[in-house]
Amino acid sequence: MTAPFRHDHLIGISQLDKEDVLQILEASKAFLDVSRRPIRKVPALRGKTIVNLFFEASTRTRTSFELAGKRLSADVVNISSSGSSVSKGESLLDTCKTVAAMRPDVVVIRHSASGAAELVARVVGCSVINGGDGSHEHPTQALLDAFAIRNALGTLSGLKVAIVGDIMHSRVARSNAALLNLFGSEVRFCAPRTLMPARAETLGAKIYHRLDEALDGVDVIMLLRIQRERLEGPLLPSLREYSRHFGVSQRHLAIASPRAIVMHPGPMNRGVEIHPALADGERSVILDQVEAGVAVRMAVLYMLAKEPNAGTAAQAASIPPPA
Amino acid sequence: MLDAEAIARIVRRIASEIIERTSGSEQLAFIGIRHGGVPIAALLAKSVGQAHHVTAPVGAIDMTLYRDDAGSALSIPKGDEITFDIGGRDIVLVDDVLQTGRTVRAAIESLLAYGRPRRIWLAVLCDRGERELPISADFVGREIAVPKGFVLDVIAEGGPGDRVLLRKKAAS
Repeated sequence: MTAPFRHDHLIGISQLDKEDVLQILEASKAFLDVSRRPIRKVPALRGKTIVNLFFEASTRTRTSFELAGKRLSADVVNISSSGSSVSKGESLLDTCKTVAAMRPDVVVIRHSASGAAELVARVVGCSVINGGDGSHEHPTQALLDAFAIRNALGTLSGLKVAIVGDIMHSRVARSNAALLNLFGSEVRFCAPRTLMPARAETLGAKIYHRLDEALDGVDVIMLLRIQRERLEGPLLPSLREYSRHFGVSQRHLAIASPRAIVMHPGPMNRGVEIHPALADGERSVILDQVEAGVAVRMAVLYMLAKEPNAGTAAQAASIPPPA
Repeated sequence: MLDAEAIARIVRRIASEIIERTSGSEQLAFIGIRHGGVPIAALLAKSVGQAHHVTAPVGAIDMTLYRDDAGSALSIPKGDEITFDIGGRDIVLVDDVLQTGRTVRAAIESLLAYGRPRRIWLAVLCDRGERELPISADFVGREIAVPKGFVLDVIAEGGPGDRVLLRKKAAS
């Protein structure tokens, strides 16, 4: 029998070791099978409540978590809040108290402030999954990316992975770099100087400002979305200019490894960071990432929604299941 | 309690009982319950195939996500392996040991997510009794009462090391 998962929360990849990641990825395989059956639902989390607490707009991640919870038979509640009107710290804590009173088993939180997930984990009294906090971490995205990479290339070790785009604001880049570093893969960040954080190399990546150099011989080309709202600031002159220097198209595949795959966490700006032909091409695993997302989130929800302690567990085991 | 030869004899006997009871159904398929039931399902399918000249497909089912104590005894699912359509088939569900019946209940529920078999049969190598649910096996290799403080070790993979062994529980 496999040892149970040793964490109460999933705040970031930084808390995990290699074994934890492999445990999640192995379990995700079984959950991927569930999603491919005629009946895509198992009773594993019957009677459990999952709250999706989203302070930031998100359709894809929220839907993925919602579907994952429902396929495990949990009751899933979505709470969305803009969080712009009230002083943010107060509003977050007040919302947490309200949510805690609903007695959920797992809270999934997305928030624009880095560190929000950890704060919620301290006060809410149940398992917390970070669904993205500011520019800090987005662990389930890194896990589903790892699942898709492993599925396509058979390994997570010894790879060269280029992450191209707005590294500065990207929690996806940070979480992916942390995970790939665990397995000894080389991570390359590629961005214009204005979108590269200071001391980016401390995140475990090599820094590039030229696309052709960054993509040389890589096994994975991971593109990040250029957020149009960044254009309002001084960071980017125009989409067209970004696209000319950092947009990836079919011709770049010749620079990369022959087995290279193309990834994008979505939503894509076709024609900006990724050429449409590449997004729809045979090297693209973008839709596999979406499918993996539900499976990985099922695995994480399943592993975190366990009973709080052994005493409760022993008691629960002696109660027969409802008819 | 049982050596490799005895287990092989039991497998042959159950295989012929299965052929008899299912009236030589062309729709026979074997599904082993992970993990102990999987190799025995393969042995039964092989034995039935030899006597009956029909190749019955073999699958594996993992009932982890259907346990009635899920969430308390958390274990990581390994997944199913069912590559054929179970709808309308005579499915023989196979396990190494039948005890409380809870595993079998979960396995049946899990199996029904794949379709609607014509009938599900249950074959087990050892029946320990001690049922907690109204479940009984259609085909039983050997009834074995396990005294308190003992555990039943079953290895049945079709090799010379196969055995069913009653041994004293190690003090924990």
